Amino acid sequence: MSVIHSTLDVRGDAFAQNAAHMQSLVDDLRAKVDEIKQGGGAKARERHLSRGKLLPRDRVKALIDPGTPFLELSQFAAYQVYEDTIPAAGIITGIGRVSGRECMIVCNDATVKGGTYYPLTVKKHLRAQEVARENRLPCIYLVDSGGANLPNQDEVFPDKEHFGRIFYNQATMSAMGIPQIAVVMGSCTAGGAYVPAMADECIIVREQGTIFLGGPPLVKAATGEVVTAEELGGADVHAKVSGVADHYALNDEHALTIARRIVAGLNSRKDVPVVLREPMAPAYDPAELYGVIPRDTRTPYDVREVIARVVDGSEFDEFKKYYGTTLVTGFAHIHGYPVGIVANNGVLFSESAVKGAHFVELCCQRRIPLVFLQNITGFMVGRKYEAGGIAKDGAKMVMAVANAAVPKFTVIIGGSFGAGNYGMCGRAYGPRFLWMWPNARISVMGGEQAAQVLATVKRDALERAGKAWSKEEEEAFMAPIRDQYERQGHPYYASARLWDDGIIDPADTRRVLGLALSASLNAPVPESRFGVFRM
Amino acid sequence: MFDTILIANRGEIACRVIKTARAMGIRTVAVYSEADANARHVRLADEAHLIGPAPARESYLRGDRLIAVAKRTGAKAIHPGYGFLSENAGFAEACAANDIVFIGPPVEAIRSMGLKDAAKAIMEQAGVPVVPGYHGENQDDDYLAEAADRIGYPVLIKAVAGGGGKGMRRVDSAADFADALAAARREAAGAFGDDRVLIEKFITKPRHIEIQVFADSQGNAVHLFERDCSLQRRHQKVVEEAPAPDMPDAVRAAMGQAAVTAAKAIGYEGAGTVEFIADVADGLRADGFYFMEMNTRLQVEHPVTEMITGQDLVEWQLRVAAGEPLPRAQDELAVRGHAVEVRLYAEDPGRGFLPATGRLLRLAFPEEDDNVRIDTGVEEGDEVSVHYDPMIAKVIAWDEDRGAALRRLSGALAATAVAGVTSNLSFLARCLAHPAFRAGDVDTGFIDRHLDTLVPAPAPASDRVLALAVLDHLLRLDERYREMAVRSGDPYSPWACADGWRLNGETDLLVRFEDGDKLHEVRVSLTREGYRLALPGGEMAVAGERLPGGDIAADLGGDRIRASVVRTGDEVYLMHRGETRKLRYYDPGVAADEVAGGAGTITAPMPGKVTKVVVKAGDAVRAGQPILVLEAMKMEHTLTAPGDGLVESLACSEGEQVEEGATLAVIKESDEA
Repeated sequence: MSVIHSTLDVRGDAFAQNAAHMQSLVDDLRAKVDEIKQGGGAKARERHLSRGKLLPRDRVKALIDPGTPFLELSQFAAYQVYEDTIPAAGIITGIGRVSGRECMIVCNDATVKGGTYYPLTVKKHLRAQEVARENRLPCIYLVDSGGANLPNQDEVFPDKEHFGRIFYNQATMSAMGIPQIAVVMGSCTAGGAYVPAMADECIIVREQGTIFLGGPPLVKAATGEVVTAEELGGADVHAKVSGVADHYALNDEHALTIARRIVAGLNSRKDVPVVLREPMAPAYDPAELYGVIPRDTRTPYDVREVIARVVDGSEFDEFKKYYGTTLVTGFAHIHGYPVGIVANNGVLFSESAVKGAHFVELCCQRRIPLVFLQNITGFMVGRKYEAGGIAKDGAKMVMAVANAAVPKFTVIIGGSFGAGNYGMCGRAYGPRFLWMWPNARISVMGGEQAAQVLATVKRDALERAGKAWSKEEEEAFMAPIRDQYERQGHPYYASARLWDDGIIDPADTRRVLGLALSASLNAPVPESRFGVFRM
Repeated sequence: MFDTILIANRGEIACRVIKTARAMGIRTVAVYSEADANARHVRLADEAHLIGPAPARESYLRGDRLIAVAKRTGAKAIHPGYGFLSENAGFAEACAANDIVFIGPPVEAIRSMGLKDAAKAIMEQAGVPVVPGYHGENQDDDYLAEAADRIGYPVLIKAVAGGGGKGMRRVDSAADFADALAAARREAAGAFGDDRVLIEKFITKPRHIEIQVFADSQGNAVHLFERDCSLQRRHQKVVEEAPAPDMPDAVRAAMGQAAVTAAKAIGYEGAGTVEFIADVADGLRADGFYFMEMNTRLQVEHPVTEMITGQDLVEWQLRVAAGEPLPRAQDELAVRGHAVEVRLYAEDPGRGFLPATGRLLRLAFPEEDDNVRIDTGVEEGDEVSVHYDPMIAKVIAWDEDRGAALRRLSGALAATAVAGVTSNLSFLARCLAHPAFRAGDVDTGFIDRHLDTLVPAPAPASDRVLALAVLDHLLRLDERYREMAVRSGDPYSPWACADGWRLNGETDLLVRFEDGDKLHEVRVSLTREGYRLALPGGEMAVAGERLPGGDIAADLGGDRIRASVVRTGDEVYLMHRGETRKLRYYDPGVAADEVAGGAGTITAPMPGKVTKVVVKAGDAVRAGQPILVLEAMKMEHTLTAPGDGLVESLACSEGEQVEEGATLAVIKESDEA
């Protein structure tokens, strides 16, 4: 394969400035994640520990194969969304290896509001189940939750994508043969009782786990019966009398050991349906990505410098290198897995869009996973381009991407604006995973353009009415629009709302893609069927 | 020379004999017991024959079977090695009766040296010095006092019927003699009903020095100088060296001459060892050594003699037995350099040197060369059984002088690794490193005197040991993941590694090891720069890799070391510079399993009649132990304890009819279980 030759001056001032800027973004990201990982704070953690329970992240750690990676999803979920601080939306989700098999782990954090479900907790739980379903990952639920957050019940309980969907997903995934395993390590009250009850196999921890449809207060109110939680739905009841639980564990560690054994006995084998190559580190250090990305998003740079720091051996066989050059397409390997890469290198023209559609079709034909490196201000506008049919060429690319059934992975490495988001496999186009870099921005258009567009519309209206609009007035009009777009387009804002699966350090892009590729290949790669391409 | 010899022994000495025989073009026939079916000597010999079950009495001591094998295989001579039948006159006679050469001394020599008192008398007559003393019938007080004067103080008064130190008195001067004699007599009369005593010279600082002798059938006899075997524990030699430290030429000549005289006095042939006790209170003196006994065989410690003389004593034995003259005359023999041997034993110094058994999960020695020699009868994977001497190997080093030889031997021990069976390896290393031993200040009381430093009280595992154990564990995880990946359909999986990668952060791992009663918990930070361990003594950055063969090259906080590690199940043996440490990996989740079922109620699985109750309330029970028998549906159901615990209560009695689900017994977890 051909090797990308970097032209980057790693000793230059620009590199140093870029690197310093990205470092500050990554430092901020890490600091925020550190805080999020503290869960409900020191007091709540202490209370949790004093009950003889493991902290949620320690539960995950004890569940997965010791020392193996954990690909966490949606770390920023609910970040600065609610009045209350709900770190990680009170639930930890992610992919980890259990007994040699990639599993989706969903772990309530009882230190955060008793592990109750806020609207974004539900969304995060459902997203995790969606990832599990698409990639056929066994699900392990580490349950320790008070159920729906009652003050927010209207946004948690009734709708299609609300609480009930969790159990619907368990039922339908079980039907697909995707194992559903629950470990009851705390409360499972009311609706929550269905997580273990709907599981294929269920473990309960003595003197910690309880499962009941109505808790002691409700029982007392309803029938006058006075009963402790343990007597009502503890391990001794469910593992020895009711049969609601299948395994009796003495403590958290024991329960997780049993869960590991269950996965070890699932009797299935992962055979990746792609041709592998022995992995090679990139010829260029991924850490150099910090210096590759310009501080100012408007400064153009060659996206091949990014590709060179992500793919095996920096080897990249380009497709249509000299045609539609604002879109770079080609074949490479990441951690030994073959991928087709679609990367923006400027605004999309008709040629780039058609080239993109062609390349996506090629990958689908050959069942090669697709990686989109998204940095797009949009499709080219103007009379010439509209007349040239850029809308139908853009539509071809969207048609191809939407119907591509191979695993798709999107990394927003810069801007994600307008219809470019669609063609480059934005959230709506069902990539298996979508991540943002900390420098990325996402909105229907850039803040400046939005302000300009709205200002133009307003000025036209004022002028029609014969009114004057001073430069100062115009600026005062535009500033809040820019601010709004900057705030809402920021990765933290996007990630808090689960528009993505997480914000990643650019230097980790290769690792994250490798783990995700491997996880995605638990599912067979289906044939793609395309709709009508407008010619 | 013989075409074929039979080796009536096992272990390292059998291997040792095979080596020389092979070099001389002689075919070797090994014998083995059922326990030794896969032993090294069986693998090395040209052929091998089963002679009986494991107990030596039924195999290696069965002279009739050995002779039968010799006849069947055409072996014209039998090498008895040491131990077993090597000093058995009856066996030597039986060989002769069957026209088989016994590779050893004549029957009479064996016999005469076999009786210790008679041997001393023979030697005294021949003019060989023996420990001065009075063993006569005259028990008159004054006569005994005179005898003591004659012998010279200090003396030892001993009960003739004595034993266990009773009726024994050390007397340092004539003034104290009368009182001491009276006291010894009182004690002897009380303990044995016999107040007769004997008087011997008291050796204040005894050294065990022995002379290797060789004689042929033509009447020639030489000595091959001395060996000092003073480092002993309960008469078991631990370290042997040649020549003896600080041995003056005149004393060596006198001892050598005495030994040759002794050999000639009994018409000796072949290899023999004359053991002397030397009184070194005033250094080694030509008039300060006394005959103890003569061993009429090749000694365990013969290699040190071979290394300082350049001779092969087994070859000498074979030549002499075949009727050839001695290969060298006395003036053709000289001492060159210094050699030291240690006996590596499967025994536990920490538990009173109790013999240890088990499988040698790891057994590694340094490469043999001109300076280092390893004589062993076992290999890695072999079993050290209860049936025979638990010696694992002899490690021998030679160099120009004693200091250099000791350095070399210490180095060889540091490169030796034993796991699976407790050994005295570190005890040996400490003996060699002891300053008094280094200075040559040895006597037979050395080990007892320095036992506290030679066998230190067990200390908890050091930071370094813990770091090695954790590093090995982490490397092992990584190896296991990669191995699993290779066998899976996703051979290069990026999930298959143990670097603890996390999105936007780092994680840690708690690794736990049991060290006797102590539980060590080491928190390992899995950072992007590598492993950082929180050890009792502080933080340590740790890195390393597994070398081919299983050792690990470790970087422990900047110290680069190599260590040998063996892991079987949860047990991990760490071997570094001659020290072996055993730890046990502890997984709380798995440990919980063992008590999980312990508590519980035994209920009747169906209606039936209790026909038998095996336990009573308060009994400690083990998992699976029968509690009671229930007869139901024409079947007898034995109900067993779900786990270890105590029988809290029994809710039924024999003959009782019980309903399904009825509580029959309650088992409660107990801390002792």
